[in-house]
Amino acid sequence: MLIKNAVNVPPQEGNVMSIIAQNPSADTTPDRYVDKKRYLWMLSVIWPAAPLIGLYLVNLTGWGVFYAFTLLVWYVVIPALDVLFGNDPNNPPEVAVPRLEADRYYRVLTYLTVPVHYASLIISAWWVATQPMAWWEVVVLALSLGIVNGLALNTGHELGHKKEAFDRWMAKIVLAVVGYGHFFIEHNKGHHRDVATPEDPATSRMGESIYKFSLREIPGAFMRAWNLEKVRLERAGKSAWSLDNEIIPPLLITVVLYGSLLAVFGPNPKLLVFLPIQIAFGWWQLTSANYIEHYGLLREKMADGRYERTQPRHSWNSNHIASNLILFHLQRHSDHHAHPTRHYQSLRDFKDLPELPSGYPGMFFIAMIPPVFRSVMNRRVVEWAGGDLGKIQIDGARRKQIERKFCGARHSARAAAK
Amino acid sequence: MARYQCPDCSYVYDEVRGEPHEGFPPNTPWAQVPEDWACPDCAVRDKPDFIPLDSDEVEETFEPQSSPGEE
Repeated sequence: MLIKNAVNVPPQEGNVMSIIAQNPSADTTPDRYVDKKRYLWMLSVIWPAAPLIGLYLVNLTGWGVFYAFTLLVWYVVIPALDVLFGNDPNNPPEVAVPRLEADRYYRVLTYLTVPVHYASLIISAWWVATQPMAWWEVVVLALSLGIVNGLALNTGHELGHKKEAFDRWMAKIVLAVVGYGHFFIEHNKGHHRDVATPEDPATSRMGESIYKFSLREIPGAFMRAWNLEKVRLERAGKSAWSLDNEIIPPLLITVVLYGSLLAVFGPNPKLLVFLPIQIAFGWWQLTSANYIEHYGLLREKMADGRYERTQPRHSWNSNHIASNLILFHLQRHSDHHAHPTRHYQSLRDFKDLPELPSGYPGMFFIAMIPPVFRSVMNRRVVEWAGGDLGKIQIDGARRKQIERKFCGARHSARAAAK
Repeated sequence: MARYQCPDCSYVYDEVRGEPHEGFPPNTPWAQVPEDWACPDCAVRDKPDFIPLDSDEVEETFEPQSSPGEE
């Protein structure tokens, strides 16, 4: 197998050119890699139950503050652990990858995560419908559940990239929890194809706030998914309005799921407030992820009019171990975008990647405060582009301001021409 | 009838089998697949990137996921 033969050194041990220059035979290299994170990946399965841990603590202590348990862990504790534990030195060598990817244990963990998401939603809804709660407590619990519902998108993301029909169905089922079944099409066939280009509604521009971005990203994602399915089905001579449209079955699951919650628990006014907020905040988690993952980055157009291939440098990477362990390695995003079908357990870190200063939870938090986000990220984007503003995607409304600020950097004529 | 392979994720388009899910019934020749058609599994390689499997050069030029992705 050529896949095995191409490289047998961990990517961190050499620069990119030396990796490509090498052509060793993996057959002579023993596979001694031990995945130290093997059992720690269970944290990614447990984390979506965090709102239930919060409810347990509320029940135990009677303190309403524990409705915010998930919010506190996500926005405060995990960023602190990212500082404390820092980067992840583990990188699976290529020779170990076929074994890691054949190991069903890793896949079973992603399957187990699916019912955890359902349990969190159903039990939280039951609690809101049946337990005495203040209005602020309802909102805080909705936001807490929204965080892990965003993670349903992460689980759906990992499953949706797999080639097996079972995994893809599990992806649709888990995406239905947060009412975002179109993600499966939008992300895999849309975002991955167009990433880091002006055509991608899910790539943010330098200077663009997350609030402005969300108005472009959320409708843009749905339209792109719908059009992709329409084109595919037209080729097959079918209507977009059919069950063959892969957006529609998960949407129907969502309708049945939420309809059942309202039917079983009654149209309780608190539930009617709770359910939309937790969905919206779940979507907000995806918007946050899209916002930080490619901020300002741009693939260059080649002579033939196509964009250069997506390389690891076209995604912001975060190699922070603590947050990666609750996110199925999502933050090793550079390798993921370069090779989307690679499984989470085999994603690698590389040298010289554009690096986020914190894991996703910390970055999501500062993204909500645009001046802080810009002060942290804009100089990193300019550095990434080697000072050439013409190589960056810049929000048109902020271009002049950014050019003024960074004109000390090697400001190319190309930027002015745009 | 020829076969063509995605150089990133190793998906194979087989003209005999076509790809009915994508709207290409069995025996759809490669030439009828649109130029901007992306690999249905990874979407990060397009039709022009695909490598004909039955030619001799394949084994040498096929460079799968092992590289970080730089050219």
